[in-house]
Amino acid sequence: MNFILDYYNYWVVVFLMMAGFYIVISANNLVKKIVGLNVFQTSVFMLYISMGKVSGGTAPILVEGVTQYSNPLPHVLILTAIVVGVAVTAVGLSLIVRIKRAYGTVEENEFEHKDDAI
Amino acid sequence: MAELIDLVLLAMLALTALRIIFLKDLFAVVMLFGIYSFLSALIFINLDAVDVAFTEASVGAGISTVLMLGTLALTGRKEKKNSHSSLLPLLVVTVTGAALIYGTLDMPPFGDPDNPVHQHVAPRYIEESPQEIGLPNMVTSVLASYRAFDTLGEVVVVFAAAIGVLALLGIRRKKDSDLESGLKEHKVLHVIAKIVIPHVILFALYVQFHGDFGPGGGFQAGVIAAAAFILYALVFGLPNTLAVASPKFLQWMASFGVLLYAGVGLVSMIKGGQFLDYNKLAADPIAGQHYGIIIIELGVGITVFAVMLSIFYAFSSQAERSNVQ
Repeated sequence: MNFILDYYNYWVVVFLMMAGFYIVISANNLVKKIVGLNVFQTSVFMLYISMGKVSGGTAPILVEGVTQYSNPLPHVLILTAIVVGVAVTAVGLSLIVRIKRAYGTVEENEFEHKDDAI
Repeated sequence: MAELIDLVLLAMLALTALRIIFLKDLFAVVMLFGIYSFLSALIFINLDAVDVAFTEASVGAGISTVLMLGTLALTGRKEKKNSHSSLLPLLVVTVTGAALIYGTLDMPPFGDPDNPVHQHVAPRYIEESPQEIGLPNMVTSVLASYRAFDTLGEVVVVFAAAIGVLALLGIRRKKDSDLESGLKEHKVLHVIAKIVIPHVILFALYVQFHGDFGPGGGFQAGVIAAAAFILYALVFGLPNTLAVASPKFLQWMASFGVLLYAGVGLVSMIKGGQFLDYNKLAADPIAGQHYGIIIIELGVGITVFAVMLSIFYAFSSQAERSNVQ
């Protein structure tokens, strides 16, 4: 049981990462690909935050009488990564909007044949 | 108890991800993705990352979902039948996943205080930052002071994303104001929105200026303030919102925030320190740190607010245009 608890977080992270990866490589629809990319991204966040956790520790905000804190460094890295992630998602989505305008579709298998028409 | 919550929430997260794979209705996929973000925010709280949870809930679940829905309004909500064979992706994913699982077995056990991650710089941040910076929230100390240069880079990336979106889509100002926009016939929504919006903005200001002492800071505050304006745009229509905060004004604000941040760095250089060395900003180093952190957090908040709102404008003005055609 202890063995499972020690690695459970990491295994779920791997599962989520693979779920996101699967969506990205198997989906035709570009919006769904972006969702997959975000699922993948959140799994990386989960990995970092899991590594920063200290059993018996508390949130890294100074409180009287507490000596055990979780690691604040992964929190900082991931906090900024989330905001950059949404900014990148926005650029990706606006590319999709432009693709829709140029090709009339966001299904990957439909517009790859239309390259000559543009 | 915390382990049990962790177990259950992570299992729910995995189920949500699994469901996203098989759903064909993209509207449902985006909604599930919102749930996925909220669940991860809960897990972050459980893992002591309160600042991260705050950001994930406001950015991941809020803004991402709104932007994806805005895209769906333009591209249609049904996913067509998949022509790819799903066998090869499944094989690739299984092999990669198995390799990664094998790799995790070499990782140190979850939550052990003796893990290598907790040995290097973290003890210094935890033990000395309250004296060196004078702030109880260590995440803010590291984000805004020790790693201020890094955070400046992140703010510039966010700013660059706004430039990218505006270059790709642009914001179309509507000349014909008779265009249907907003939810004019929903009186209840109008009343509720008018009550809620001031409180959301007040909360954003609280998060902005209380970020030194509790969870919060410029990133979260900027997004929350933008959410108030997005709510206004959804209920009262985009033209009304454009009159309150014009795209031109937002572009000025986005660059002003970045310049404010970099300006603090320049001032500390002029005062004889290094770039973003707040100790030199005032006679007392701790007071200098406080000034520096408050000003750069303000810069971050202003830029994030302006960028998020500009991006929303770009998407929603596209959607309204296509509804007219």
